Amino acid sequence: MTLESLKPEIEANVPGCRLEIIPNPSPSAQHSLLMDAEHALAIATFLRDAPHLRFDYCSNVTGIDWPASALAPGKAKETGDAMEEDVESAEAPDTGHLEVVYHLYSMELKHGPVILRMRTQDRATHVHLPSLISVWRSVDFQEREVFDLFGVLFDGHPDLRRILMWDEFTDFPMRRDYVEPDDYEYEPTAHGKVLLKTMQHHGGEA
Amino acid sequence: MNALAEFPTAAHLTPSADGDSQLLEVSMGPQHPSTHGVFRMDVVLDGETVVKLKPIFGYLHRNHEKIAEDETYLGSMPYTDRLDYFCSLTNNWAYALAVETLAGVQVPERAQYLRVITAELTRLQNHASLVGFLMQDMGASGTPLMYAFREREKILDLFEALTGARMMCNYMRFGGCRVDLPAGWLEQAKQVVAAFPRFLDEYETLLVGNEIIMARTQGVGVLSKELAINAGITGPVLRASGVNYDLRKVDKYGIYDRFNFRIPLGDHGDVYDRYMIRLLEMRESIKILEQAMRDLPEGPFTDPKTKVRNFRPKPGEAYGRIEAPKGELGFYLVSDGTPNPYRYRVRPPSLINLTVLEDMCLGRNIADIVIILGSIDIVMGEVDR
Repeated sequence: MTLESLKPEIEANVPGCRLEIIPNPSPSAQHSLLMDAEHALAIATFLRDAPHLRFDYCSNVTGIDWPASALAPGKAKETGDAMEEDVESAEAPDTGHLEVVYHLYSMELKHGPVILRMRTQDRATHVHLPSLISVWRSVDFQEREVFDLFGVLFDGHPDLRRILMWDEFTDFPMRRDYVEPDDYEYEPTAHGKVLLKTMQHHGGEA
Repeated sequence: MNALAEFPTAAHLTPSADGDSQLLEVSMGPQHPSTHGVFRMDVVLDGETVVKLKPIFGYLHRNHEKIAEDETYLGSMPYTDRLDYFCSLTNNWAYALAVETLAGVQVPERAQYLRVITAELTRLQNHASLVGFLMQDMGASGTPLMYAFREREKILDLFEALTGARMMCNYMRFGGCRVDLPAGWLEQAKQVVAAFPRFLDEYETLLVGNEIIMARTQGVGVLSKELAINAGITGPVLRASGVNYDLRKVDKYGIYDRFNFRIPLGDHGDVYDRYMIRLLEMRESIKILEQAMRDLPEGPFTDPKTKVRNFRPKPGEAYGRIEAPKGELGFYLVSDGTPNPYRYRVRPPSLINLTVLEDMCLGRNIADIVIILGSIDIVMGEVDR
């Protein structure tokens, strides 16, 4: 079963949904299916319940942060080069997005994976995506984790609160632009990254 | 980020609205010998019956994924040992498998066999100590656990001779293993494996038909097949509920299609079945080990063409998963062509197997929570990452 054959089938069964195949150029060739947020629940339910698909097992859920600097022209993720994310690009209005990836398998028919992706509109205010917990219970803690570390708000999740960080924490540590707090502790033989931290803490040039 | 500031915070357990003062809120953990690490459960009790249970995580959180994204691909390999610190070799394998899938690296024959041998030894010592811990949780203090640890010790000696470390083995590399077997190791390993069934026989004689254990575990913490699948439960817990899903058979990763072994299945999905599954799986692991050690070929132990230093996979992504002793351990990697992974994700079986903890505990009493949790088999290094 390939995504090329799966895509028209989903489109026929979930009217109005917008799907796009995201090619994966690496040797793994694990291509994925980008779905729109409005029809995500219907698509997931179809994939789970269709008797010849039966993707009854959602193995892995995770987030990916794509700030505009990572998606900039010439540095699209398919053709990315070794450029570091720099300060100037962080000041431009961010047109990037957050992405959530689901890996589905079928325990009944023993096939898979089918990889689904969803994207938020941006990284600041429009970060709502539908929760798939009504389809697969296994996404419970994992969606909480994506919320906790990336800041994606899952609509319909019954218990969406921080899972790994403490409740009073306000930032999202897995985002690419997350800045560590300046909690440097004295280290007599600072080296490498710790030395850099030492110098920044004491106001020196890094 | 301001718009996100108002998300729901601590969902504190509230007393029931009708003013029923019989409910008692108990915080089990994070410092509690039965929670297998720094794990906390907020339990609401009606008398001694559990009416609500919320697991609280994060006491051992160090954002392993973020640290790995600042490291090179090779640099994360020793850190994977620290996820499930009982099973560092299977962690290594899962990560190596994901990177090999991402970069299209081939693994030579001998390395494949070495991986199977070390992974199955890991499974033996994990399951042996798990049944020991489970006895400890039931109140069989000391002796059963020490019997299990005596056997585990022999396997840890093998790990030490091979990798230099008893627990943080850091043995596998992309395209193979770090070192070849030292002289005499295989003979020693064969002796350990040949002696292992004797320990299992002894253990089973003492415990399997024991009336107290049966009364204590049968019908406790029942997990239905449907819920287990829907909640993404994997590993021995899933198979104890009667679902035939073992990645060694389904994915046939590595060279598992060459060995003759069976997948034990339970049919009640209770604590007793989960305990028995471990004992039966150890016997199957011994079968695999005997075959792998008999067939171990000569040849390179690592792929000479793969340069593990300055390793830069082409842009793309890959998800690699193996059947770790606790369930499906997966690594999801996104590469942007740089020496560091753009995204590095661990799919921890221990965390996801806890999804159904509340379902299994409702209506039981406090003492049952302890053995239900024990039968899931968690390690906090992996749950909290």
